[in-house]
Amino acid sequence: MILANADVRKVARLARLAMSEAEIDAARTQLSGIFDLIAEMQAVDTQGITPMSHAQDLSQRLREDVVTQANQRELFQAIAPQIEAGLYLVPQVIE
Amino acid sequence: MLNSSLLQLGSALRAKTISSVELTQLYLDRINALNPALNAYITTNFESSLAQARAADTLLASDKAQPLTGIPIAQKDIFCAKGWRTTCGSRMLENFIAPYDAHVIEQFNNAGAVNLGKTNMDEFAMGSSNETSHFGAVKNPWDRNAVPGGSSGGAACAVAARLCAAATGTDTGGSIRQPAALCGISGIKPTYGTVSRYGMIAFASSLDQAGPMARGAEDLALMLNVMTGFDERDSTSLQRDKEDYARDLSKPLAGLRIGLPKEFFAEGLSQDVASCVNEAIAEYKKLGATIVDISLPNSRLAVPVYYVLAPAEASSNLSRYDGVRYGYRAPEYTDLADMYEKSRAQGFGAEVKRRIMIGTYVLSHGYYDAYYLQAQKIRRLIAQDFENAFKQCDVIMGPTSPSTAFDLGSKGDDPVQMYLSDIYTIAVNLAGLPGMSIPAGFGSNGRPVGLQIIGNYFKEAQMLNVAHQYQLATDHHGRAPQNIEL
Amino acid sequence: MIHKTNVRAPAWEIVIGLEVHTQLSTNSKIFSGASTTYGAEPNTQADAVSIALPGVLPVLNKGAVERAIKFGLAVGAHIAPRSVFARKNYFYPDLPKGYQISQFDLPVVGQGALTIQVEPLSGPSTGSGQTYEKVVRITRAHLEEDAGKSVHGASQGMTGVDLNRAGTPLLEIVSEPDMCSAAEAVAYAKALHSLVRWIGISDGNMQEGSFRCDVNVSVRKPGAPLGTRREIKNLNSFKFMQQAIDYEVQWQIDTLENGGKIHQATILFNPDTGETRAMRSKEDAHDYRYFPDPDLLPLDITPVMLEQVRATLPELPQAKRARYTSEYALSAYDANGLTASREMADFFEAALSDVPGQAKICANWLIGEVSAQLNRDDLEMAQCPITPLQLGGMLKRIADSTISNAGAKEVFRAMWAEGGDADSIIEAKGLKQVSDSGVIEKIVDEIIAANADKVAEYRSGKDKLFGFFVGLAMKASKGKANPAQLNDVLKKKLAG
Repeated sequence: MILANADVRKVARLARLAMSEAEIDAARTQLSGIFDLIAEMQAVDTQGITPMSHAQDLSQRLREDVVTQANQRELFQAIAPQIEAGLYLVPQVIE
Repeated sequence: MLNSSLLQLGSALRAKTISSVELTQLYLDRINALNPALNAYITTNFESSLAQARAADTLLASDKAQPLTGIPIAQKDIFCAKGWRTTCGSRMLENFIAPYDAHVIEQFNNAGAVNLGKTNMDEFAMGSSNETSHFGAVKNPWDRNAVPGGSSGGAACAVAARLCAAATGTDTGGSIRQPAALCGISGIKPTYGTVSRYGMIAFASSLDQAGPMARGAEDLALMLNVMTGFDERDSTSLQRDKEDYARDLSKPLAGLRIGLPKEFFAEGLSQDVASCVNEAIAEYKKLGATIVDISLPNSRLAVPVYYVLAPAEASSNLSRYDGVRYGYRAPEYTDLADMYEKSRAQGFGAEVKRRIMIGTYVLSHGYYDAYYLQAQKIRRLIAQDFENAFKQCDVIMGPTSPSTAFDLGSKGDDPVQMYLSDIYTIAVNLAGLPGMSIPAGFGSNGRPVGLQIIGNYFKEAQMLNVAHQYQLATDHHGRAPQNIEL
Repeated sequence: MIHKTNVRAPAWEIVIGLEVHTQLSTNSKIFSGASTTYGAEPNTQADAVSIALPGVLPVLNKGAVERAIKFGLAVGAHIAPRSVFARKNYFYPDLPKGYQISQFDLPVVGQGALTIQVEPLSGPSTGSGQTYEKVVRITRAHLEEDAGKSVHGASQGMTGVDLNRAGTPLLEIVSEPDMCSAAEAVAYAKALHSLVRWIGISDGNMQEGSFRCDVNVSVRKPGAPLGTRREIKNLNSFKFMQQAIDYEVQWQIDTLENGGKIHQATILFNPDTGETRAMRSKEDAHDYRYFPDPDLLPLDITPVMLEQVRATLPELPQAKRARYTSEYALSAYDANGLTASREMADFFEAALSDVPGQAKICANWLIGEVSAQLNRDDLEMAQCPITPLQLGGMLKRIADSTISNAGAKEVFRAMWAEGGDADSIIEAKGLKQVSDSGVIEKIVDEIIAANADKVAEYRSGKDKLFGFFVGLAMKASKGKANPAQLNDVLKKKLAG
């Protein structure tokens, strides 16, 4: 399968990965090779087959509605890039 | 001492032949001496390890010691361990000090084991050579020009080079079995859901499973006894009774039916791997096993299916690394979008970015049915192949990897060639089955060969029995590389 | 189903659908054991799962599932025996994992319906006429997690992120585009708001964001295909909802009449200006890359669990209304008023159990005096200073003629302000009516004797003087004469 640079650019944008034009070129070639590998499965007839999302066919276990977690803000924010007054700081968000 | 089994080490510790502090110091000295060349560990913390050893010695002096109390274990750097830097092999988490313990770490702590350090790995477990680590490639102790395999390459190297008594690994598409094979050690990936994934940094959630790596099957059994168990914090953790994985080790193999899938012996398998595997099969016949020819017709699709599903899950799992709450944040950026894009572009390595891109693409609008859904359907077909196969046999055997360890740097530019090195291991993850690799000799280049053993769901004890009986009859697993200062 | 607008542009039809996000009133978050209490210090309720530390995993809260089922049963919806959680992927600072766990193609609650009472509002998009009943179809309702909050201007040029709210369980309730006016949209939102509180799945606190509405609005010429819709996001008051819809409808009509085109957009309502505007962020083509969450298994709801939840479901407003009209012979107006909230209905039934057979007077007092006082004091029914037992005690004394209506009002005022039971207030204030016929006849006899000229006028046909005699008699009894009895006696004696 041949990908276009525009496809790669769109995917990089969706995945929030900054890429130079040179990187996009390189990625396009490599991704095209990988999609050739993946293309093998397109020919398989899978009509009527139920998709398999999990290794086991089990149902979700439910947790009792109780508070078990204490405040650990200090511990958690010790590894944060930028905080102030208990808030995580990011460049201004415009709605 | 360095060649002792975990059982023997436990006896020595309880008999006070050696203390945990002495044993830990022995390994720490070896890490000091050998790690600069092998690069098996990303992080060590001698003080913390020795403190645990001292605590273990106190336990050993009482009657509260458990089988692994005082034994130094290497932890893959994918497990969060409170107070330990936990990098997952990535620049993104280069300075991430985990604020909590993974379930696996808790289990070892509760068993009184010593955490010897965090082992090197492919970045976010994405790789088959350990070359994608931000902290540099790991060398294969058998031949330092060769890769150790991946992603649990540091763990495999540490076990082979006697830089720990045993180690933990994780396996999403072969990340325990392939490096075990390439480094001449044993490793088992149990049934999906047997070991809690809580605190294990996610790569592909529906495939990731932790397991032990050690020299022999007997050690793996003791390790599994500690690692497994229900954990309510992981929705996919299985509620089963605790079992003793060592219970069947000494059973004779007479009557064992071994299935050999013809697809595992077809084109692409190197000659020296094939001959070692065939010799191992011959040995099993001597031990009383019978051989059944089987087929896994969809196994050839395992690699393409895997390279849709694993990147899809990974692309989403790795979205949390955005430079907001922890992890790498780019030093310069213009606005929020720029901060995201630069932090992620600089924090992730090339292979991780590649897989995020694949995953993002296959999930995106208009491609979902053709890629993701189709892959999930074929995943079921692959699982059904195994279901059918296990009607005819007790275990399935074949090569773990198509070749012995390849040279460092030899597949760097060709992701597809790299992906194909997991051709025999991936199907097992897709089905959620247990799989293991044990040493089965050496190739013409002197590099180890692994025999893969695949069991039915929850048949770990039987697989360990099958492996152990072989290891009683052969000595491949007892061999040590040269130049590791034994 | 389509009502025409009656202002300015009768040629346009309005089509409105709602997506309502209700925070479920669980103690802990939907996928972790962190507290959901509102108003805590920033990030003190953001546990490892809420901040999406590497390696943490979600485990589903049973309380959230039960509440979703309860809602489904209340709107007569199909409860999916198996539903699936999916990841909705997008980047935003208040979304710590980079994806929201939600439900996509297999939601827990399927199609249902809600019957609403529509009261006309004033405004350009108002339907005309009297209060009427309407059925709004509910497309689905699904469980999902709430995001955190962005705090703007937290620091120079920066936005602060508080993840206390991240992971709070939400039920997103999606309606069909069945509403044709702001009045209908508001009536639906109010009915839904009342219902979620009625069945106890949400506190419905709109100031705290527990009940947030996204409104999809489009207009079209009658008979034309549906117009392009714009989605007004995050409305958290009924007043704003009406204003926003009115503005948006007018804007769309003006745009189209001026030859413009409507483009699909997400818009915000500014309560200060009363205008709507398109959002600048999330400009990405919406490609959420939904896929089943591999960390969560399918949610299976067994018949046993369904029945367990059904057993906790209270009698619903609709059923209560029907019962009040049939069992107590109340009017539709009274039944509606009494079922405006669960607290009101509960109050009514509790008070009534004290004075059986007095449903009408009980309804009058609750819908009248009690509601008016609550309004004046800006109180909710739950904060009502008098208890059903107190009200019942007073009604009992009205019923047995111990007090007059005027006396009852005085008793009520005293009760409201100072508490106490009706009997002691009546005693303390001397409000007991005189119903002793001997006493009343004596008073009447004395008045007739003292006002012979007026009696003569009355008897000669000046009927209006009756009030004059009543006034005198009341004055003589210090206001305590039983009015009905007094009337009877007066009429009889004046007639001669």
